[in-house]
Amino acid sequence: MSLGAALVHFIRWRYTSGMDTDKSLHRSSAEALVVEGLHKSFGNEEVLRGVSLLANEGDVLSIIGASGSGKSTLLRCINLLEQPSSGEIRIGGEQILFTTRRGHRVPADMKQVQRLRTRLGMVFQSFNLWSHMTVQQNVMEVPRHVLGVSKTEAAERAEHYLNRVGLWDKREQYPAYLSGGQQQRAAIARALAIQPRVMLFDEPTSALDPELVGEVLKVIHDLANEGRTMILVTHEMKFARDVSTQVIFLHQGLVEESGSPRQVFYEPVSDRCRAFVSSIH
Amino acid sequence: MGEMFANWHHLSFSGDGWGWNLLRGLSSTVQIAAGAYLLGLTIGLLGALGKINGSRLTQWLLEVYTTLIRAVPELVLILLLYYAGTGLINELLELMGYQPVDISGLVAGIAVLGIVQGAYATEVIRGAMLAVPRGQVEAAQAFGMSGWKVLLRIILPAMLPFALPGLSNLWLIVTKDTALLAVVGFSELAMTTRQAAGATRAYFMFFAVAAGIYLALTLVSNQVFRLLEKRVRRGQPDVN
Repeated sequence: MSLGAALVHFIRWRYTSGMDTDKSLHRSSAEALVVEGLHKSFGNEEVLRGVSLLANEGDVLSIIGASGSGKSTLLRCINLLEQPSSGEIRIGGEQILFTTRRGHRVPADMKQVQRLRTRLGMVFQSFNLWSHMTVQQNVMEVPRHVLGVSKTEAAERAEHYLNRVGLWDKREQYPAYLSGGQQQRAAIARALAIQPRVMLFDEPTSALDPELVGEVLKVIHDLANEGRTMILVTHEMKFARDVSTQVIFLHQGLVEESGSPRQVFYEPVSDRCRAFVSSIH
Repeated sequence: MGEMFANWHHLSFSGDGWGWNLLRGLSSTVQIAAGAYLLGLTIGLLGALGKINGSRLTQWLLEVYTTLIRAVPELVLILLLYYAGTGLINELLELMGYQPVDISGLVAGIAVLGIVQGAYATEVIRGAMLAVPRGQVEAAQAFGMSGWKVLLRIILPAMLPFALPGLSNLWLIVTKDTALLAVVGFSELAMTTRQAAGATRAYFMFFAVAAGIYLALTLVSNQVFRLLEKRVRRGQPDVN
């Protein structure tokens, strides 16, 4: 067994066998999201080289690493915005089925993928609100037209979650008229309104002006505190340290270090991880 | 000059005036233009989807279609499609043992101009679809929308702000291209005007009136498109 593979096994064993975090005491053991042996290549370039992770209900899992380490690709593979080259994904215990078509590995059943995607609330780096809809319409769109809930209930959800992120008074505005921070909070409300099992955040503050980062982090922090299951790709190290139950350090497409925030930030085993967190701190 | 306009009575709607004929000509013009425009939009939408998402073969066929149609003068296309098209249909009917039919000028006009419009609309709509920010489509997919819903609820409304200026151009062009159908004997506004002018020898007056009617049609259309543009650009802040 190669050293790399041994390391992967070691890390997999370690983070699936329970972590010594403060928050881990409160979480139930039901698995929310499992990724096993995920590989992803773009052409000849292998971006992910066998990544595994497990998020139980209530876990807040932060993925950190240098740009190009594969963080965003990993997140995008989870909801199949990118097609993994190999590896398994299980959402709420249900495994995504793959098949091979013309030499490419593709989802076997798009209906299944669409159903499972509605359990994942994705928040993008660049918000990606629908520009022809008001904030409220953005939040109501998926409940109304994908989940098929009644108009009344969709409106109630919109009111609830827009209040949560402090944007109810902006509900009639179109996204282009909002600040970046407001757009990102609206995007978070949109993701919450589908009442997902897992929230996925793809560098949610990277596109924001520095003075707007705080309002978005506060919303995410509140969500973490109420016990939501979240996977967070971020460059905000202090934030990752404060909200996470588990931190994963990716390096060149592999999990290089994984564990409680305390361990990853203060007692990392890997030299690369130590160098990375000390360069950011 | 005074003499040229001294024959307004030719426009009257009673007796041997040409008023009703001109109005019927205008009505034909608008019908053909609207029909051809709708057909062109349909072809354009499918063409754009085919060019963006279709198989290699589809893309190649569409490329041939848009290139050929846009390369050949419209007058030539109209003659070609009208005579060759109706001839072909009748030959087919005879082959299958049916009686040849007299294809109505209205239907033929709509079909011919629609095919021409479709080539231009394909490119206008394709460009607009490519201008829709990729992230908005990804967001829809990430929330579990099916392909059709993404198209109908996100891509189409989001591309309209980019497509509308080009599409309003196409409408103005098709209203005037209807005049080309005069060469195949279809009595739309231009043809009727020529008949009226020839019969009364009031050439200047009739052609000036026809020009005025085309202008009025354009002005009304501009107002409609202005309102439409305001509507589809509702989410886009003004540049100035």
